[in-house]
Amino acid sequence: MTVVSEPTAARRGPRRAGRAAWEEEPGPLGKAAKAVLVAAIALAVLFPLYVVVLTSLSPQEAITRAGGLVLVPDGLSLAAYQEILSGGVVTRSVLVSTGVTLVGTLFSTTLTILAAYGLSRRDSYAHRPLLFLVLLTFLFGPGLIPTYLTVQAFGLLDSYASLILPTAVAAFNLIVLRSFFMNIPQEIMDSARIDGASEFRILGTIVLPLSKAVTAVIALFYGVGYWNAFFNAFLFLDDNRKWPLQLILRTYVLEGIPIPGAGPTDTVAGGPVPTLAVKMAVVVIAVLPVLLVYPFVQKHFTKGVIIGAVKG
Amino acid sequence: MDSDTTATRSSASPRERRRADRRRRLRRDWPLLLMTAPAILVLGAFHYLPLLGNVIAFQDYSPFVGILNSPFVGFDNFQRLFGDPAFWNATLNTLYITAFQLVFYFPVPILLALLVNSLLSARIRLFIQSVVYLPHFFSWVLVITLFQQMLGGAGALNTFLRQQGLTPFDVMTNPDTFVLLVTAEGIWKDAGWGMIIFLAALSTVNQNLYEAAAVDGAGRWRRMWHVTLPALVPVIVLLLIMRLGDALSVGFEQFLLQRGAVGADASEVLDTYVYYEGVVNGDFAYAGAAGLFKGVVGLLLVLGANKVAHLLGEEGVYSRR
Repeated sequence: MTVVSEPTAARRGPRRAGRAAWEEEPGPLGKAAKAVLVAAIALAVLFPLYVVVLTSLSPQEAITRAGGLVLVPDGLSLAAYQEILSGGVVTRSVLVSTGVTLVGTLFSTTLTILAAYGLSRRDSYAHRPLLFLVLLTFLFGPGLIPTYLTVQAFGLLDSYASLILPTAVAAFNLIVLRSFFMNIPQEIMDSARIDGASEFRILGTIVLPLSKAVTAVIALFYGVGYWNAFFNAFLFLDDNRKWPLQLILRTYVLEGIPIPGAGPTDTVAGGPVPTLAVKMAVVVIAVLPVLLVYPFVQKHFTKGVIIGAVKG
Repeated sequence: MDSDTTATRSSASPRERRRADRRRRLRRDWPLLLMTAPAILVLGAFHYLPLLGNVIAFQDYSPFVGILNSPFVGFDNFQRLFGDPAFWNATLNTLYITAFQLVFYFPVPILLALLVNSLLSARIRLFIQSVVYLPHFFSWVLVITLFQQMLGGAGALNTFLRQQGLTPFDVMTNPDTFVLLVTAEGIWKDAGWGMIIFLAALSTVNQNLYEAAAVDGAGRWRRMWHVTLPALVPVIVLLLIMRLGDALSVGFEQFLLQRGAVGADASEVLDTYVYYEGVVNGDFAYAGAAGLFKGVVGLLLVLGANKVAHLLGEEGVYSRR
């Protein structure tokens, strides 16, 4: 399992700068094969992204000339973005996704921090059974149907809350954060307690400032999760005016079904059939926030905040 | 407060003393409990409450009557379930895909880690790591859309084939190659991320072992077999256990999203079966039984696999203590 731990455990991956004296030099064929392999792997990830971005920025004539996706730059047009961002279903879904992501991340991160701290004192009252309740969620999920019926019973179907509450607390994040808090020297907190600081004050002024990096990573994980979330919306929302972007991506782009009110030019019938540029623009908008936060998460992998630890 | 407790302590029986101690800790720790409460409430409402809701699997559940008033019917739902060919189709598909991925997906992160670990240039290493971790953060909808644009009927590959006068083939809608498609998608999305844990294990290998082996005349393949591989075995066992415990889940969104294009015969897995029977057809009790069956068998698989790991002398997911 991947575990977030202290930056001190940083050294990952191989360590040397060059080849060790005892290591044999690989043959030219071996070297070439490795270079080709690495390049192929990188291309397999990056090429689709390149094509999608390029096509979304291409004018309709270029797409027609290319007979589909545009592989070589051939003119520039922002028409697709203008069309989907000037009101309509896509614009609305971007707003919904942004709102759900912001509120959900704030809510989840707050709950996780509070509980992780609340359970981090080794001798505190009832922390064992409570921790057990958290850990048990790993072993046995409640199942789809009972979850659906529960959300229905709470009257949350077709509400934005159904996109946040059912998956608000990830036990894994909670455990990771708790073990980080437990590694903070107890003496600091004890002295604050003696000075009369409340637990909330200790959390706010001592513990959190010491765990900025790990908290940021957990917030980013929650954030990416909410932005990418498809399933809750698919299961709990009927009203397509409340759909987040991932659902629009599925209906509009993957299945190519027009959605009423998708663009400003739509007719009564059911909106325009999306053009390829418009489809690709939706894809770009869906991937953009992930690409934007990725360097921050990535920085923490390399710093070693996240290391692969064998034990969860 | 302290003098108060010492007073109780000196005169009271052990039981009363324990109770007094608990009261003292409660008085001290209530802010911690208050902090834990919201998260526990959420887990209680959306994990443990639904867990209780699994009783509908033993009921003739009707949404209009509710869980509390629906009559119990024993194992009737399960009997119907085990006699349903569609359920067995979903189960077999699930197991087939799990087995296929165990052979063709599982080794990929290990090989990838060995490749990245063997790169000498730190810059290239960092670059390739950043690139292959990235798709892990994409949603399934996005991944499948990208695959569709690359490999689908109107995708980049087939456009190219048509322009060259070759016959196009559409893997996105072909049931026969579906298992290959979902495995390829899984590898593209998560193999890089799966590599992290093996890279971490590789970084803990004592470098002197390699040198000693080389001095003893072991070539690069023998060093990999005798030094590198033993270091990876505990991680491999751990991940195998987790995969086996999860044998009945192969992912949900990935299959839900492609069921329409490929058809239920090839793409129906247990999770999508539960969804369609329950939420789409409204047969909640029946689907609940299918879901409960999957959950219980999954739990038994995890516990069983862990037991086997202990017998083999490995630590497994949780230790015996």
